[in-house]
Amino acid sequence: MPEWIMHFPESIYLNIKDAVDRFVLYITVHWDGFFDAITTGLRSFLLYINKFVSHIPWWLLIAIVFVLTLKICKKVTKAVLYSLMLFVIGAMGLWSYMNMTIAIVLTSVVLSLLIGFPIGVLISASKHADSVVKPILDMMQTMPAFVYLIPAVMLLGLGNVPAVIATTIYALPPIIRLTNHGIKQVDAEVVEAAEAFGSTKWQMLIKVQIPQALPTIMAGLNQTIMMALSMVVTCSMIGASGLGSEVIIAINRLEIGRGFSAGISVVILAVILDRITQGIYKQKDGETDGKRRSHFKSRKSGQALRFK
Amino acid sequence: MENGEVILKVENLVKLYGLNKQSARELLKKGADKKEVLRQTGVTVAVNNVSFDVKKGEIFVLIGLSGSGKSTVIRCVNMLQQPTSGKITFENQNIGSLSKSELIDFRRTKASMVFQNFGLMSHRNVLSNVAYGLEVRGVKKEEREKKAMEIIAMVGLDGWENKSILSLSGGMRQRVGIARALTNDPGMLLMDEPFSALDPLVRRDMQFELLSIQRKMNKTILFITHDIDEAFKLGDRIAIMRDGMIIQNGTAEEMASNPADDYVRDFIDSADKSHVLCAKNIMITPTSLIHTRDGAGNALNAMKKTGFSSTYVIDEKMRFVGVLTLEDAMKARAENLPIDSFIIKDADRVAPDAVVADIMPLAAHTRFPIAVVDEEGRLKGIVSKAAVLSSLS
Ligand SMILES: Nc1ncnc2c1ncn2[C@@H]1O[C@H](COP(=O)(O)OP(=O)(O)O)[C@@H](O)[C@H]1O
Ligand SMILES: [Mg+2]
Repeated sequence: MPEWIMHFPESIYLNIKDAVDRFVLYITVHWDGFFDAITTGLRSFLLYINKFVSHIPWWLLIAIVFVLTLKICKKVTKAVLYSLMLFVIGAMGLWSYMNMTIAIVLTSVVLSLLIGFPIGVLISASKHADSVVKPILDMMQTMPAFVYLIPAVMLLGLGNVPAVIATTIYALPPIIRLTNHGIKQVDAEVVEAAEAFGSTKWQMLIKVQIPQALPTIMAGLNQTIMMALSMVVTCSMIGASGLGSEVIIAINRLEIGRGFSAGISVVILAVILDRITQGIYKQKDGETDGKRRSHFKSRKSGQALRFK
Repeated sequence: MENGEVILKVENLVKLYGLNKQSARELLKKGADKKEVLRQTGVTVAVNNVSFDVKKGEIFVLIGLSGSGKSTVIRCVNMLQQPTSGKITFENQNIGSLSKSELIDFRRTKASMVFQNFGLMSHRNVLSNVAYGLEVRGVKKEEREKKAMEIIAMVGLDGWENKSILSLSGGMRQRVGIARALTNDPGMLLMDEPFSALDPLVRRDMQFELLSIQRKMNKTILFITHDIDEAFKLGDRIAIMRDGMIIQNGTAEEMASNPADDYVRDFIDSADKSHVLCAKNIMITPTSLIHTRDGAGNALNAMKKTGFSSTYVIDEKMRFVGVLTLEDAMKARAENLPIDSFIIKDADRVAPDAVVADIMPLAAHTRFPIAVVDEEGRLKGIVSKAAVLSSLS
């Protein structure tokens, strides 16, 4: 029996590795200016947001969480609980790390929203664009998070900026998908009515489709925030500072307590952000009949568990 | 444009859904029907060579079973659907030749639509739903809300303007839908089964309301329904559709007295005629009529001329005052008194839209033919006991 029946023949070798390596090398050399510009721009944006976040006094942030929870979830117990949880992060000495993490996540989410929302709108309007974007999204969502780190590092080096890029890309699909989905599932008769009353395409979008889709878009935003948070620890491997780097350091030095307190802080952040943003779209949902979108309930809990 | 002139003209309208339109059209030319075309070519014939006119100020009703192509016809009028062929003319303007921006303008000012499931925007309150048409037209907030408030009051929703759509009942939601259409002050209302989603009792209210609005605002309405009672109640003229074609087109009376085929006859027989015919259908003009300021002598003369033993009395604004009998008129003359104190002022009266079923109990014990009186109290005609009974046979 010839060897090649049981083992893949070594003589067949497609050299993709080298091609990709060369491609990346080419880009890093020739597009240097471009990536420098991105790095510089993003760095100052990130710094700005970080400065903003760290200028909020700790008691004010706790108060904001308290008031927001009270307003959105309408439960005093929850408001007290979340404020207390936030207080615990500070008490564990991780407040400034948390600020850095919030800054990275916030920057990534803002970028995801800026990129993803228009794409979502576009593919809801154009079948052509939809057929191009959908497979890319499918691919992105099956890709392990680590894979995004490689090009980010290769092109931009180590640090917070590549972390923001990797996080942005990783967190992009839900906002695109749910913006698209939200706009498409607006009641056909409502859209027809808007058309019958002489709306232009633009008026239709601004005055009818986006407002009607808002609860779903908010659900997408919630998922995007959760995805961004889930990248916190992963991105520390390419030099992102904040709570994630505490976890990585703790792992390297086998400091279980240090790792646990940083890890639990990430979970706390996730729970608070999840509940508050979820509360917002649930509220909106109640205003628009409540019968739609029940299929998102499955994502409601268990989200935070992914970070352990 | 004057009332009675043709405002909307639909000529040879055809709408096909599917790919193989050319061969479908050839089959249709050979006289194949909808089922045959679908079987041979896979093309759905939604509308097949439909022509009709709507005159200004009338309610034109398209009636037919579900799937007969009614919605497609009405959607072609404001180009929510592109006709496959045929010509639609509104106020002497060919709708098919409008540019994109002209079409938007047409939708904003000429034809407003009312939808079966209301088509309201749940993220807006009643007021901004009603003002939507003016908003997209670019009318200033203050002005459009003022106009919207007027219409909201007219459809009986005042006090609800800041409420969410979701807090409204079905009937109220459709009032919002109608108000939204009226706020644009369109030349024509396109109503696609507007009351089909409502409870029967609410539906009756809404039908009545629509008639009074139509009279008040003199609107032309293209109205779609699958309910023959509704068609007879509302329609000045009615067209019956089947399989994408109009099989008969005429007034309710014409249709009831001379149905084109068995299909139409079945349709009409399914209607309860006592709920179809209204006072206005069976009333006659009173032959003897006097004014309150007339003396008893005039009254007696009027009665002598017609040979009736009573006469109807109206005031200077044509409003119905009551009935004066021959004996009372003679008494008034004998005592030389004004007739006013002799008039029977509680004589029975009904609205022009009162259906025969409702008039029947009155007719059973009335002493005189019943006066038909409009909202302003004006005497429109009279309905005799005999007319009520004979309308049912
Ligand atoms: N978008 C569409 N695509 C294919 N067929 C359609 C479409 N819209 C309507 N039809 C078909 O056209 C016919 C007429 O439909 P419609 O005008 O909605 O009827 P009606 O309003 O009288 O119930 C039906 O057979 C329906 O299946
Ligand atoms: Mg229909």
